[in-house]
Amino acid sequence: MNKEQQFAATPEKKQHVQWIHITKRDNISFQKGLLIRAIAILAALVVCAIITVVFTGSNPISVYGTMFKGAFGKGRFLVTIHNLSILLCISLAVTPAFRMRFWNIGAEGQALIGGLATAIVMFNLHSKAPLWVLIPLMLISALVAGAIWGVIPAIFKAFWKTNETLFTLMMNYVAIQLVEYFLKIADKNGSNSVGPYLLGDGIPNLFGVQYLFNILVVVVLTGLLYVYLKYSKHGYEISVVGESENTARYVGINVKKVIIRTMILSGLLCGLTGFLIVGGASHAISSNSVGGQGFTAIMVSWLGKFNPLYMILTALLIVFMGRGADEISTIFGLTKSFSDIITGIILFFIIGCEFFIRYQIHFNHRKKMTEEKEEA
Amino acid sequence: MKKQVAIELKGISKRFGSVLANQNVDLTVYRGEILAILGENGSGKTTLMNMISGIYHPDEGEIYINGKLATIESPRDAFSYKIGMIHQHFKLVDIFTAAENIILGMKDGQKYDLAKAEEAVQEITSKYGFEMNPQKKIYDMAVSEKQTVEILKVLYRGADILILDEPTAVLTPQEIEKLFAVLRAMREDGKSIIIITHKLNEVMEISDRVAVLRKGEHIGTVQTSKTTEQKLTEMMVGKKITLNIDRTQVKNPVDRLFIKNLNYTNQENVKVLNDISFTARSGEILGIAGVAGSGQKELLEAIAGLQPLDSGEIIFNRPKKNLPVSFYHKTYRQVVELAAEGKFHYEDGTPVDFTGMKKKEICKLVNEGKILFNEDDVMNLRDKTPLQIRELGVRLSFVPEDRLGMGLVGNMDLIDNMMLRSYRKGNSILVDRKKPENLAEKIVSGLEVVTPDLHTPVRRLSGGNVQKVLVGREISSAPKVLMAAYPVRGLDINSSYLIYNLLNKQKEEGTAVIFVGEDLDVLLGLCDRILVICGGKVSGIVDARTATKEEIGLLMTKKDAGTKQEGDANE
Repeated sequence: MNKEQQFAATPEKKQHVQWIHITKRDNISFQKGLLIRAIAILAALVVCAIITVVFTGSNPISVYGTMFKGAFGKGRFLVTIHNLSILLCISLAVTPAFRMRFWNIGAEGQALIGGLATAIVMFNLHSKAPLWVLIPLMLISALVAGAIWGVIPAIFKAFWKTNETLFTLMMNYVAIQLVEYFLKIADKNGSNSVGPYLLGDGIPNLFGVQYLFNILVVVVLTGLLYVYLKYSKHGYEISVVGESENTARYVGINVKKVIIRTMILSGLLCGLTGFLIVGGASHAISSNSVGGQGFTAIMVSWLGKFNPLYMILTALLIVFMGRGADEISTIFGLTKSFSDIITGIILFFIIGCEFFIRYQIHFNHRKKMTEEKEEA
Repeated sequence: MKKQVAIELKGISKRFGSVLANQNVDLTVYRGEILAILGENGSGKTTLMNMISGIYHPDEGEIYINGKLATIESPRDAFSYKIGMIHQHFKLVDIFTAAENIILGMKDGQKYDLAKAEEAVQEITSKYGFEMNPQKKIYDMAVSEKQTVEILKVLYRGADILILDEPTAVLTPQEIEKLFAVLRAMREDGKSIIIITHKLNEVMEISDRVAVLRKGEHIGTVQTSKTTEQKLTEMMVGKKITLNIDRTQVKNPVDRLFIKNLNYTNQENVKVLNDISFTARSGEILGIAGVAGSGQKELLEAIAGLQPLDSGEIIFNRPKKNLPVSFYHKTYRQVVELAAEGKFHYEDGTPVDFTGMKKKEICKLVNEGKILFNEDDVMNLRDKTPLQIRELGVRLSFVPEDRLGMGLVGNMDLIDNMMLRSYRKGNSILVDRKKPENLAEKIVSGLEVVTPDLHTPVRRLSGGNVQKVLVGREISSAPKVLMAAYPVRGLDINSSYLIYNLLNKQKEEGTAVIFVGEDLDVLLGLCDRILVICGGKVSGIVDARTATKEEIGLLMTKKDAGTKQEGDANE
């Protein structure tokens, strides 16, 4: 009977009103989605401005101006576009795997091993072979190395159901150690990077424009991958496997084959990124050559909803912020951490606004409801 | 008799996005009565009850409990108002005993005392006439026992208002009788019971009053004793419909599929399929009846090439047919050798003789499709993948139980879902979306699929429309064998009849139809023969035109009903 009393007592206390009510949106119009995103960016800029004023005393408008100049100012534009194309390339590489719900977080290692393969070919042959032999060799070795790095976790996943996230992550460290090992052999002085002095000049500038080769490769790749994912039979199979393995089995798709094939592609493209970085840009290799872009790529791909065309925009945004933030730390004499704070805040708002795109929030729900009723 | 009001709903509305699930519902529940909530699927029955039990919160309207305005924001709030809901899908911890599950999450300020709880559970069981051993583990339990645990759970928490969401869906007729006896005992004790269902006969049997919902609106509440099934149906669907399924006579049946001694033991070492044998005939609907989880799913998946078997054979008997020889399957040398063995013939039936002909001439004949052969008449489908089965030219269609998880891809639009079976056609590396689009258009207009357009992801469609899309695709290939697992589960009456008609049409066209169902009335009305399985074993095959429900119900529980009970007693 004790129980009875307890249950009878509680309702008296519980006469509260519901203040916030969250409902899922069914479908949001394109304009409204755009508006929410615009508000998010605006809000991010305001918050950043407040923080800038409070902590540095600088004028926020001039800070933003510097940021923009840092990314698109004179002499900066080409570098920004090149950074964009490299980030986009590695983001494109992880996208087929992501569409298959294969969480490949090993793009960093796959690209690095591709870069290492390129560097090894350059190191051994740059003075011995003509360019038309050297460049294809660099490319092929990079693609093969990346593909091998990608396919190993895929085989284990397909046949023994291992966790691909952990596996691809671990492979990153193996790649880093292999690069360190190469550095020790290539440079007896024990430097932490090996540059053009030992590797040669790699891919020459096209039409005298630096990085043009890399940029063109990525432009073509973006188009090809868009078509591959959206219009090819392989792309269709990837989507079916990603959405529901059961459905894939039901219609007779060989799920193991698709997983392995797609990860070969993903690794291949990561290897290509490594080739572009080492052979087409820096002509140098260190264990930091990819510079964490393999992880940034995950965000680019997600924010771009795994669509290569949207990903151009998300990659641009991230590259712009990175370049801009670096510029403010230099010009205003702030530490690198400050630019990280700015980037972090902006990203927080951009990712956070997805919640408002998916859900609708009603405030003071009960009160409004009764008011409406009284009116009626 | 003076009736006390337990719950009163006033103007309850609930929206999900643009869908109006409930609109301005007023409803009263009295103490000591059984109220049935009747409605087609998607009529908002479960949503309404979820708002009483704290899963959802109404957008508009008020709930009064015992005359007082109540705000129910969580199941915990609901419990504090003595409301308990028994969901369709049980929420129990498998490795715990019944008693442990019952006291799980209780916060009554008292010490954890399992023995005392068991005693209390025992007391409740004897009071209302349940059969339950509180020390039994959930994983050892049959579905009906799990349901009992769920009911005990809410009773133990002192619930006065019990909501049961489709409680009979998973039970055999005998178990339903037991459940109803318990519900009546609870009514006598002054509890209010709300039972959600769309089975009319059960409504008539158990309820005191019936509240009918249609498209989210409360159409009316009537005394059960003053109404008939026909009247309720009219209230439910809004227009008069017949409750009879047309069943045509079987014409020229041919044995199409021989299932021989299928055995399958799963990872938990349970014999899921135990020596199953039967024959499916063309132009006939073979029903498969059985309690959920008796091996129906595995059986169909085995035939479809999705389920590896321990032993047994699946023999497909193909209608005899002349097929052209092609170099796609055979090399030039094989063609010459087989021709020498007399395996090939011309269109008029004369045997092919290649002696003295040049390679070029032979190739020309083959490429023009002049050389024919008789395809193997029987073939074993066992251990073939779905793709291999299709490559053999066996047109076998399968409407699986899990529509959005297996038959379709929920996030893809109608067109891409149409392609699932056919996207491989052609040599191009790109997919052709033109033909699937035409097929989708045909299905949408032919089966009256309600969809904004062909580019809508199928998960946004309602259950009935999802099923129309799936069945439409599966029958579009003019199958020789069509298997359908619970094709009308969760569908409203109109959609259900559309599906029955489609199956009947396939039957008339000479397809061997295999229909796994749960509603015995439907099985008896639609099928020609009914195969009953129980615990992975065939317990009988009956003629659907003469069999009775009780007969099938008994067969459904034949194998282990007796043995299991004995086992419990020994413990």
